[in-house]
Amino acid sequence: MGILNYKFENSNVLITSLDSLLNWARLSSLWQMQFGLACCAIEMMAASASNFDIMRFGVIPRATPRQADVMIVAGTVTLKMASRIKRLYDQMAEPRYVLSMGSCSNCGGPYWEHGYHVLKGVDRVIPVDVYVPGCPPRPEALLEGIMKLQEKVRSESLAKKAPAK
Amino acid sequence: MTPQEIYDNLKAKFGESILEAKLDALQPWIRVDEHRTKEICVFLHDEPNFRFDYLMCLSGMDYNNGALGAVYHLSSMSHKHKIVLRANCPKENPRIQSVSSVWGTADWHEREAFDMFGIVFDGHPDMRRILCPDDYPGYPLRKDFKVPEFYNGMKVPY
Amino acid sequence: MLTEFGKILVFLILGAVFVAGGLIAAWLLRPHRPYPGKVSTYECGEEPVGNAWVRFNVRFYVVALVFLIFEVEVVFLFPWALIYRQLGLFAFVEMAVFLLILIVGYAYVWVKGDLDWDKPMPEIPVLRRQSPQGTIVKTGATS
Repeated sequence: MGILNYKFENSNVLITSLDSLLNWARLSSLWQMQFGLACCAIEMMAASASNFDIMRFGVIPRATPRQADVMIVAGTVTLKMASRIKRLYDQMAEPRYVLSMGSCSNCGGPYWEHGYHVLKGVDRVIPVDVYVPGCPPRPEALLEGIMKLQEKVRSESLAKKAPAK
Repeated sequence: MTPQEIYDNLKAKFGESILEAKLDALQPWIRVDEHRTKEICVFLHDEPNFRFDYLMCLSGMDYNNGALGAVYHLSSMSHKHKIVLRANCPKENPRIQSVSSVWGTADWHEREAFDMFGIVFDGHPDMRRILCPDDYPGYPLRKDFKVPEFYNGMKVPY
Repeated sequence: MLTEFGKILVFLILGAVFVAGGLIAAWLLRPHRPYPGKVSTYECGEEPVGNAWVRFNVRFYVVALVFLIFEVEVVFLFPWALIYRQLGLFAFVEMAVFLLILIVGYAYVWVKGDLDWDKPMPEIPVLRRQSPQGTIVKTGATS
């Protein structure tokens, strides 16, 4: 029931130790809900493949939102797809994060001016934690994005108040 | 067969349905009546001298003078000749006869022309939008199309 | 100081504690903020339509039934294997009779076709209008 989650006002050594343990467990196994939509998906696949291998960081592809921690939105988000993204983000279990990969999902990308069916940035429908720029970003850039997300997870705490979602 | 021979044969068979032609262009084209495209294409497909069995592309057009149209790029695998057909229609009532029973690829190409330009193809088995969502306002590739401000709660322009 | 069965009991209790401990710790520490969007049925992002209960073929039931019968037969084989040495030829003959009865049943199920799975029968597509043979000029390709 989350009775211990976000209920503590001040930290003490027990809370911080538990925090470190939980955060370490969560950041070492950030199971991704791969959301490869366009060309960035190829770079995401390249990052998962043997040369760059994000699996050694614990990032395993799970195609279902129920088992995933992070949704990597890789590619152009069309208006038709945006409602599905919203629904799938809603179906993810907390704690959940979103990593926006590539120009198109950051801000609409090369289609910002004339795109009649492109959503100019996936942050218009879901809250994004990390933006990875590039068109497409190299696998090392995606890896850096994942590491930035790991830093963000590392700084979470049971002692904070619950976020207003 | 040269484009001139194709034009002559078509003119002899269909007479007043063959409206215009420009046979010295880079891609020689023949404009036909938009309500008889199916008959003409059946003839072009089945006739042994023509044998246009490959519809390379079917594109929609907006000529910016009140007319829309479709452009058919045909080619023959056996005779290795090509021709371009055009069929124009007015913007108020854009209807062209469908050729999807002649070539299978015309099915989705005509749905795309409908989605982008609003050209309705008579006799098409499944005339609905293929790329844009079903409730998208307007036909995007028309010259007078304005991008909607909001679609389903999402802001569309940058 | 503990009987053999006692050791198994300790093992069972520790196993239960291990599993329950993990589940209770997770229950204490995880966030619980359900809202209608989150608990809706997953249908790859679309609005869920229809019932999740679908009808499936009876061949699954038949396979499961046959499996169950032979599983029970194997369960009988285990204690027999433990005391085989002490009983000698009598045990061998008795088990052979038991197995023979079951093999007759197995042969019946096999011949009746209850163990067959359906083979896929691919449909060759028929083209609407084809160029007649000999009109398409062959290239130098060999296949």
